[in-house]
Amino acid sequence: MSAHKETFGKTVGIVIAVCLACSIVVSTAAVGLRSKQQANAQLDKQTNILEAAGLLANAGGDINGTYEKYVEERFVDLATGEYVDVPADFDMFKYAKVDDYRVTPKPDIAGVIRHSKVVSVYHVKDDAGVVQRVILTVYGSGLWNIMYGLLALDSDGNTVRTLVYYDQQETAGLGGEVQNPAWKKLWDGKKLFNNGEVAIKVKKNAGDDIHAVDALSGATLTSNGVQNSLDYWLAEEQLGTFLSKQPWKS
Amino acid sequence: MSSNAKEMKKVLFGPILDSNPIALHVLGICSALAVTTKLEKALVMSLALTFVTAFSNLFISLIRNHIPSSVRIIIQMTIIASLVILVDQVLRAYSYSVAKELTVFVGLIITNCIVMGRAEAYAMKSPPMMSFLDGIGNGLGYSFVLIVIGTIKELLGFGTLLGFEILPVVQNGGWYQGNGLLILPFSSFFLIGGLIWFIRTIRPEQVEPKE
Repeated sequence: MSAHKETFGKTVGIVIAVCLACSIVVSTAAVGLRSKQQANAQLDKQTNILEAAGLLANAGGDINGTYEKYVEERFVDLATGEYVDVPADFDMFKYAKVDDYRVTPKPDIAGVIRHSKVVSVYHVKDDAGVVQRVILTVYGSGLWNIMYGLLALDSDGNTVRTLVYYDQQETAGLGGEVQNPAWKKLWDGKKLFNNGEVAIKVKKNAGDDIHAVDALSGATLTSNGVQNSLDYWLAEEQLGTFLSKQPWKS
Repeated sequence: MSSNAKEMKKVLFGPILDSNPIALHVLGICSALAVTTKLEKALVMSLALTFVTAFSNLFISLIRNHIPSSVRIIIQMTIIASLVILVDQVLRAYSYSVAKELTVFVGLIITNCIVMGRAEAYAMKSPPMMSFLDGIGNGLGYSFVLIVIGTIKELLGFGTLLGFEILPVVQNGGWYQGNGLLILPFSSFFLIGGLIWFIRTIRPEQVEPKE
């Protein structure tokens, strides 16, 4: 506690020295680990898509190889339902903030606030290169936050195979059961459309109804969120056009 | 020499039961509530906090005689924040799935009272080696509570431990009805309360005198 360490010059000197040392450590870590972090993020995304594709069990440890072999990412203009080309750094979530791409839905039934007018779809092919499944990104507000899901359809664009929520913050044990394998299995074989209208319903006592899935008990608002996301994204103005045109067949 | 070894032992293991940062000083409660729903999260959080406390104590103690007292809190914060960012970056690179769920809470280690408390109360006055041990000791004390709470909550709430099924739950065709209360963060209030009660029953000297 000697007096000399309280001089103004020394105080400033110490502060600058500490800040410099800390900033070097932090920036070294951030730059040095970036490639590894990006690889992780990509691997995570590919894992989710393979799960929706039903290929995860067969992939073994080779996520990247399986993804490259069987999955193709295409970009769809919601207005026309046709494939479009996009810039190399396109990301449907980042581009939702870019002026040329931004759409602000009114009414915003799914609670997404804004989204890109071009979205990613994933085509899952067999060994011969024929499209077996089409995977759509469907997202919207649940109870607490936006739930991000992948909806996997057969190549008829109508029959559901699975609905994988890969990022959600619903109440664990209640709304969080959107990730329960038993609930996901209920989606298998359900039909989205009836005479061109969105008919799929998340409701109580769905039973054998081909257009309905049991709602989650104790999680009405999460179930409503799932319903609203589907209603929004499957509507004609969004992916409905793409699903009726079925450009993957030509 | 033997008294030195004894002192080191006390600094290292004392905070587990005798002066536990959560149970005795009631510090760091917020993160103990939030990250204990699954044991895996509690373990990673414990490791992260132990690392940050140990190294922030070490570095602060190393420069303790040069830190001007007028800006000492800011300097402590700078060192702690840098360590926390380091932990967050490493987690994202090597344990992505855990990092995705924990990233908010790892960031909040900066505001965890245990880290600041030890830096201010111990590392500013003690030599580097002892400060480092004190940081590990307090990290262990925090970890002890998190692991106990995390085990109880995951086992009784989800019927699993570290993701492995121990009690088959009804949703998956078993017999165990998971306890919905224990899944929610605030149930830790009851559990930590119970734990403090238990520790003070076997260590009556921790009970505060009546006012």
